Amino acid sequence: MSWPLLLCLTLALLAGCNEMGSQPRYDNAEPSALFADGKVLQAPPEGTVAQDQPQRDRALSNRPAMSAALLKRGQERYAINCVPCHDAAGDGHGTVPARGFPQPPSFHEQRLVEAPSRYFVDVITHGHGVMYSYADRVEPADRWAIAAYIRALQTSRNASAAQLSTIDREALGGDRGG
Amino acid sequence: MAQIFTASADTRLRAFFLIMLLVVLGVAAFAGGLADSTYVTMVGWFRDQPVPFSHQHHVQGLGIDCRYCHTGVETSAQAGLPATHVCMTCHSQVWTGAPLLALVRQSFASGTPLEWNRVAKVPDYVYFNHSIHVTRGVPCVECHGRIDEMPLTARAQPFQMQWCLSCHRDPAPHLRPPEQVTQMDWSDWERDPQAHKDYGALMVQAYGIEPDKLVQCNTCHR
Repeated sequence: MSWPLLLCLTLALLAGCNEMGSQPRYDNAEPSALFADGKVLQAPPEGTVAQDQPQRDRALSNRPAMSAALLKRGQERYAINCVPCHDAAGDGHGTVPARGFPQPPSFHEQRLVEAPSRYFVDVITHGHGVMYSYADRVEPADRWAIAAYIRALQTSRNASAAQLSTIDREALGGDRGG
Repeated sequence: MAQIFTASADTRLRAFFLIMLLVVLGVAAFAGGLADSTYVTMVGWFRDQPVPFSHQHHVQGLGIDCRYCHTGVETSAQAGLPATHVCMTCHSQVWTGAPLLALVRQSFASGTPLEWNRVAKVPDYVYFNHSIHVTRGVPCVECHGRIDEMPLTARAQPFQMQWCLSCHRDPAPHLRPPEQVTQMDWSDWERDPQAHKDYGALMVQAYGIEPDKLVQCNTCHR
């Protein structure tokens, strides 16, 4: 009869439905039988220099000028990469140390207040103590932005009232003069 | 001469056609229902993973931003899965002996990546790009759901074309400030639609988003 045929045809058509959904091609992070290490993502051959390496080197060695945009970027990157351990205020009371990770130093201790910005960039780049390197996660320009934001956090504890704008001083309920 | 057909032949023929019609309609209804069912779309189905990673613990519990691990999400098509040393950034010190993390340590020591099973996936003929969505302020939660409430990770949306199009036809209500893109709970925003009624439309203008172009085939298919 015709209905088993029809059913077979319907099933055959349904089976073909998603053939293009999984095409015989390699996508990022998929396994691959082609390479010895079984990965699609292959490390570049030893000695390879990325086209943008000189730019990245330059970004790493030259401190950008302080600006509001740099601080804003730094604040955002700090919130993503640093807050879990160093906490939003930089005291080192993050959620991860609370779960047993060794407590990082506070950015407000004398040694770090006196450290040059490059010190923070170097620590982000190479890691320090139990802190891993963030070189593959934070771009060189962003490392300087984070260092700038750490400076802002440090300043926030030591700023004199005279440095604040009138609006900020009023918000604090302090002296309106001068 | 004897009759070729019995008296009931006509009725049987009609019954046969009726049954055939019902079978065809039934198969079509079943296939349609199946395609929309969570059995096929996998919405809400937890996938087995080599390590039972909890987004709830890491996102809600520890407050870690999505971009701490998914570093490519702002700059490339793929959000990216973290390399094992990203896991070990913390787990070299925390839960160092946990049997659940044995595979992570093994992967770190041997340099063999963990083989996670993909949860959120579009078919190969769809060329989805994370960066364009994230930098324009389509929040993570829009497609991935309340990932911060998932102890194990499940797909939150069906990822069917009609679902993609529902936003591409009218992107304005789905846009949020890009600097808050990883925020999971938008109930404050949604509670007062009047306060933000112009935001989406203004952003559509500011970014030069043209919904007419967003629904063209070659926006997503090549």
